[in-house]
Amino acid sequence: MVRRWLGRIDVELLETIAAALQDGDHVKVAALVRRALDDGIPVGEVLDRGLLAGMDVIGTRFGAHEIFLPDVLLAARAMKAGMDLVKPLLVTGQTPSRGTVVLGTVQGDVHDIGKNLVATMLAGAGFEIIDLGTDIAPAAFVEAAVANEAAVVGLSALLTTTMAGMRDVVDLVRERGLADRVRTIVGGAPVTQAFADEIGADAYAWDAGSAVEVVKQLVGIPP
Amino acid sequence: MTGLIERIAAGSILCGDGAWGSQLMARGFVPGDSLETAALTQPGLLAEIAESYLEAGADLVTTNTFGASPLALERHGLADQTEAINHAAVEAIRPVVAGRGLISASVGPSGRLLLPYGETEPGVVFDSFKRQIRALIRTGIDAIFIETMIDLEEARLAVAAAREVSDTVPVIATMTFNRTPRGFFTAMGNDVERACIVLEAAGADLVGSNCGNGIEAMVEVARELAAHSRVPLVIQANAGLPEQRGGELHYPESPAFMAARVGALVDLGVAIIGGCCGTGPEHVRAIRAAIEDHRKPAR
Repeated sequence: MVRRWLGRIDVELLETIAAALQDGDHVKVAALVRRALDDGIPVGEVLDRGLLAGMDVIGTRFGAHEIFLPDVLLAARAMKAGMDLVKPLLVTGQTPSRGTVVLGTVQGDVHDIGKNLVATMLAGAGFEIIDLGTDIAPAAFVEAAVANEAAVVGLSALLTTTMAGMRDVVDLVRERGLADRVRTIVGGAPVTQAFADEIGADAYAWDAGSAVEVVKQLVGIPP
Repeated sequence: MTGLIERIAAGSILCGDGAWGSQLMARGFVPGDSLETAALTQPGLLAEIAESYLEAGADLVTTNTFGASPLALERHGLADQTEAINHAAVEAIRPVVAGRGLISASVGPSGRLLLPYGETEPGVVFDSFKRQIRALIRTGIDAIFIETMIDLEEARLAVAAAREVSDTVPVIATMTFNRTPRGFFTAMGNDVERACIVLEAAGADLVGSNCGNGIEAMVEVARELAAHSRVPLVIQANAGLPEQRGGELHYPESPAFMAARVGALVDLGVAIIGGCCGTGPEHVRAIRAAIEDHRKPAR
């Protein structure tokens, strides 16, 4: 097979990384990323054309219901295996982050599987994630957004009994005069677009795949 | 009172109850507390809710133990209360239900993801279910109701745990399916056919679906279940997904709307029909009446 090179970049190796990530093979991804870096491929290329390219496909296929949560979780694990090697080599500012997103499950709700998945997918898409965890008070969301200069606050709820708390966070963002700088996005099993509209959230995403697309729109990144 | 399996075998169509969480909240329970602690602190509320469902015509009353497995309780620091909570939840409703209905003991998901997708060993989840189910069966219940499962492997572990505790206890297992362009799947990608095969093989006496997105989707799920299952079916539907109206959560499907679709479920051979999130005694009353109306006249 003829190897395709772009400058000094082995495109095929990067595509193999993306493919191994889609297969959820974290061992193979780590080995290939190490080889790519040893070969002198710039770390930004390994990230963009390898890991992020693979994660993009996962996000799209998940959104289209071609694959399900297990495939995404395995891909996320592979992504992390690759990032563990890539991250120390990234000089701050060299690979511009797409922005910071503060995430958490709202007050009274301790469910985190969905929220963790959104965190993984957003991190996979190049966002900096501040994950506050579960049972988070409205003020904590707002304070974390200010402290980290976050562009987006993402709220998760699984329970119909706790989703009403999302309104408190949205209101607080507005009260503190942050609504033009900090956009809010809500999601979770019982949450709908109509609910998001009613409480005045900036956006709603119905699953982790669409969350990536919606957050990109919120911060003005073209699809 | 005749047991669940005998009643269904004799051709009865049983009416389940409705939601418990929202009923507790309506009576002043604060979100954030484990709802399961109501058994210890306010057992009278549980008796009151059970009474409201029995009065509305429910044949089965669910225990308030959805999140009372040790793994689920651990998130509130209450794992060591597993036996006490499950015991108290059954005892709270037993005097009310006795002679009028059957106690269906709720067992919900662990909240953990199994290896390799998450970090939890299958044995840990199995032991957690087993501990809760043992406490429920020792206290005295009429059926184990494993519900709202999205991972078929976890549901299988729960059924297997129930079977390890008791060969004879009736085991109901229901999963939550979402509509996708390719059909109905759980969040973990399990389809209806596979769910039937695995849950029945693990020892479930009844299989079905609960929660979800409204009664109309449930009729479609029931159609798939009927095509693939060899055991009686259970459907407990949400009253749709909640909407926020003027600061209050509102579920779109009225008792009449849900009741109008009950006939379709009866025709598909569903043996237990009840409600899930957003349904209350009035939904149960309407479902009960629809079951009675739709029964074919004896020939």
